Amino acid sequence: MPTAAPISRINDFVVRFANVNGSGSASANEMFARAILRMGEPVAPRNIFPSNIQGLPTWYEVRVSEEGHLGARGGTDLMVAMNPQTFDKDIAGIEPGGYLLYDSTKPYPPSKFRDDITVIGVPLTAICNREYTDPRQRQLFKNIIYIGVLTALLDMDVAAVEQLIAEQYKGKDKLIGPNVKALHIGRDYAILNLAHPIGLRLRKADKVGDKIFVEGNSAAALGAVYGGATVCAWYPITPSSSLADAFTKWCAKYRVDPETKKAKYAIVQAEDELASIGMVIGAAWNGARAFTATSGPGISLMQEFIGLGYFAEIPAVLFNVQRAGPSTGMPTRTQQCDLTSCAYASHGDTKHVMLFPENPAEAFEMGAQAFDLADRLQTPVFVMLDLEIGMNHHLCRPLKWDDSRSYDRGKVMTYEDLEAGKDFGRYLDVDGDGIPYRTYPGTHPTKGSFFTRGTSRDRYARYTEEGPLYVDNMQRLLRKFETAKDLVPKPLTANAAKPSKYGVIYIGSTAPAMDEAIHMIEARGHAVDRMRVRGFPFHSSVNSFVADHDFVFVVEQNRDAQLRSLIVNECGIDPVRLVPILHFDGTPITARFIARAIGDHLDQMTMKPAKVTS
Amino acid sequence: MTYLAKPKFHHPGLPKNELGYTHRDYEGKVSTLCAGCGHDSITASIIQACFDLAIEPHRVAKISGIGCSSKTPDYFLGNSHGFNTVHGRMPSVLTGANLANRDLIYLGVSGDGDSASIGLGQFAHCLRRGVNMTYIVENNGVYGLTKGQFSATADRGSKSKRGVINTDNSIDMVAMALQLGATFVARSFSGDKAQLVPIIKAAIAHQGAAFIDVISPCIAFNNHAGSTKSFDFVREHNEAVSKLDFISPRMPIEISQEAGTVEIVEQHDGSKIALRKLAADYDLHDRTAALGFLQHHAAKGQVVTGLLFVEKEAEDLHTHLHTVDTPLNALGTEELCPGSAALDAFNASMR
Repeated sequence: MPTAAPISRINDFVVRFANVNGSGSASANEMFARAILRMGEPVAPRNIFPSNIQGLPTWYEVRVSEEGHLGARGGTDLMVAMNPQTFDKDIAGIEPGGYLLYDSTKPYPPSKFRDDITVIGVPLTAICNREYTDPRQRQLFKNIIYIGVLTALLDMDVAAVEQLIAEQYKGKDKLIGPNVKALHIGRDYAILNLAHPIGLRLRKADKVGDKIFVEGNSAAALGAVYGGATVCAWYPITPSSSLADAFTKWCAKYRVDPETKKAKYAIVQAEDELASIGMVIGAAWNGARAFTATSGPGISLMQEFIGLGYFAEIPAVLFNVQRAGPSTGMPTRTQQCDLTSCAYASHGDTKHVMLFPENPAEAFEMGAQAFDLADRLQTPVFVMLDLEIGMNHHLCRPLKWDDSRSYDRGKVMTYEDLEAGKDFGRYLDVDGDGIPYRTYPGTHPTKGSFFTRGTSRDRYARYTEEGPLYVDNMQRLLRKFETAKDLVPKPLTANAAKPSKYGVIYIGSTAPAMDEAIHMIEARGHAVDRMRVRGFPFHSSVNSFVADHDFVFVVEQNRDAQLRSLIVNECGIDPVRLVPILHFDGTPITARFIARAIGDHLDQMTMKPAKVTS
Repeated sequence: MTYLAKPKFHHPGLPKNELGYTHRDYEGKVSTLCAGCGHDSITASIIQACFDLAIEPHRVAKISGIGCSSKTPDYFLGNSHGFNTVHGRMPSVLTGANLANRDLIYLGVSGDGDSASIGLGQFAHCLRRGVNMTYIVENNGVYGLTKGQFSATADRGSKSKRGVINTDNSIDMVAMALQLGATFVARSFSGDKAQLVPIIKAAIAHQGAAFIDVISPCIAFNNHAGSTKSFDFVREHNEAVSKLDFISPRMPIEISQEAGTVEIVEQHDGSKIALRKLAADYDLHDRTAALGFLQHHAAKGQVVTGLLFVEKEAEDLHTHLHTVDTPLNALGTEELCPGSAALDAFNASMR
């Protein structure tokens, strides 16, 4: 018997699979997560993988939460330890009272295990060697066999798994039988030989509703399709490559002319990130909606062009799926670490528009909206995803589209406008919002042409190095940025149950952990108002939110408090009033981390002086 | 100064082309380059070629990088949109622009620093992709705006104005263009308008990646004795392989009296190039032989000029991508947005 009482929980626990990269475990593990969803139970799976194709350790974590808490929780209740390389570390990560499922073919000395967990051995390799002769089959079916074991241990709906196997191998039907058989080999072994079910159990629920289960990169790419992107130029880089792949897939599905079978899109895998953004800028200059997908190192390479886009006022959309930097950093780990490098990308005075989706549903919406904003504001727009959102499946609200919506192509002078004699000055602020009119190349034989350049120019696009004309243009760009504040998605706020002097500001993938942490903070007796910022430049309500509170915690996933710096810089706020809460080890931020950090701060701030007794 | 407009009046008797435009309608602002610059001659040749072809000026997009050569798009086709991009990156911007609207004519103007040094990668890749364009490198072997440093096309052993001998090997962009799959490759000399104008016309008519290396002496920094890009040196070492006439689809073909030596090359758009070979053994459609010919003559210190290679069945990037005939920038919400019904089906597939 373990020295800690075994954990006993229904529909609320974390299972972690430790595997070897390239062993075929990913699809079996994902099937496990999907089966739980089919039981009506919310899950949050996370792939924790190395920058490697084969051989290095990889983990897959499945959080089950009937409450719908879908952020990373931290800790593991059931470890499925299939990788000898990480065995000791994996065991160390199990919560007291937790469970270990391991391959007991080769006996381990008892000293390998902990005495406060329940150890469950299944001779998986021996079973596979008995059942299969082909080495590859032995490996692949081992994954399905342990899923079979889990169906018994966790009291899962085995029919849901069988159904998923049938769906997964639809069209390759001869694979269905052997997979179902492997599933039952594992399940039967567990039923005959193991105490089951264990303290962690799954029970059918009705908590999933109409939610969908989708990866952020896939949803963002679909957003680009809905947003009218026709040109995509990109260069492969983790964790953004799957966004371009998904765009290719969705275009093939939704954008091929049914009659001519021709493509209403052009996708080019460029030679590098400089060429990617160059093509995007060229296409957008010429009136197409264009984007690139990249990550931090790509943004670094694109700096010069981003400055051109800002100064020459070319719409461009950049999906930045952030990963841990600096330099190559941790290419397969998540962070929110490119906020400053995007906000102020390029030399000279520049400022850029950014959007911060929290999950795939928002990645879709903002992915589409970014193109309207880029056209309206005639400037580069960054959609700031991260690996956590982009490369994991998330359970989120279904995607929606209003069919009455048509694209906002911004201020574009047409042949008719020019013919009617409208005064065209490419950099002329006719409406007072800092946004000038543009023309597409080829519009009119004698009117509306201009020379686009990265050098200074006057309001009629004529080259100049006159100081006052340069200043006039730079001031107008600031006016345009001011206009952007009311066009980007507004922050969302949620007030605490009782009035509070404290607030918290956060962005993007921090949201699910923050939403969960707020309950934990309240349980410690504190009240905190929340603001999730969704766009940059910041809406005026960010200033007032800070003004309305004594202290505001700024929770973000980088070392240097980049979001906090942006708030200080752009809103002119005394830094003392913004308390940084920083998580940057490359794992997604957890509710436990936030609750502890904010809770400890608030404990100190609200501590009553101890009674002095003499 | 570039912001000074040229006077608008012109002689009423100026000849007009088929569209009723005069030569003046193809001009741009006054050049700010040094008097006598080879680049200004190339500008004049571009103007002549576009006038002769009766191109509507606004249907051309002029795109350049950074440098003396890249300034020139401001000096021709004043009614065209132009884009002076960043150093060495004209090809990517042009590629994107071309993807957005396949109906315009794309004229890329670059220099040897812009294309052979900082932009060598983009030069290579846009040719590999077969972007439908005319890519002109105004090649003077030297950095003019920064006052006379060698560029990557400067020949080994050539002497700079300050007396420095170049010890690096030079890049032959024509040889590279051939190797990279450009479907129209030519070299000319800014001082030989009779050769250059028909080459530009044929390149514009070519429906694929056309590359023209134009040797264009820098009057300020690379026109001295010891330079291999000076007017004198190029004139003395110029080995023309062909003389050509460009025949638009609208013109009747007149075979010259030397019919036996004239080859007529028909292009996709129906235009024809009448080519009078000067090197009897030269095969215009043999990429490998062209490379050998170039290297053979380079070893002898000769600069081979003329139309060096044309692929008869050229394809372009749009063909490879199988894009619709309508320019992508002309597609609207209705053509591009799959709508809510498709999204409902998408949602259902994600459960």
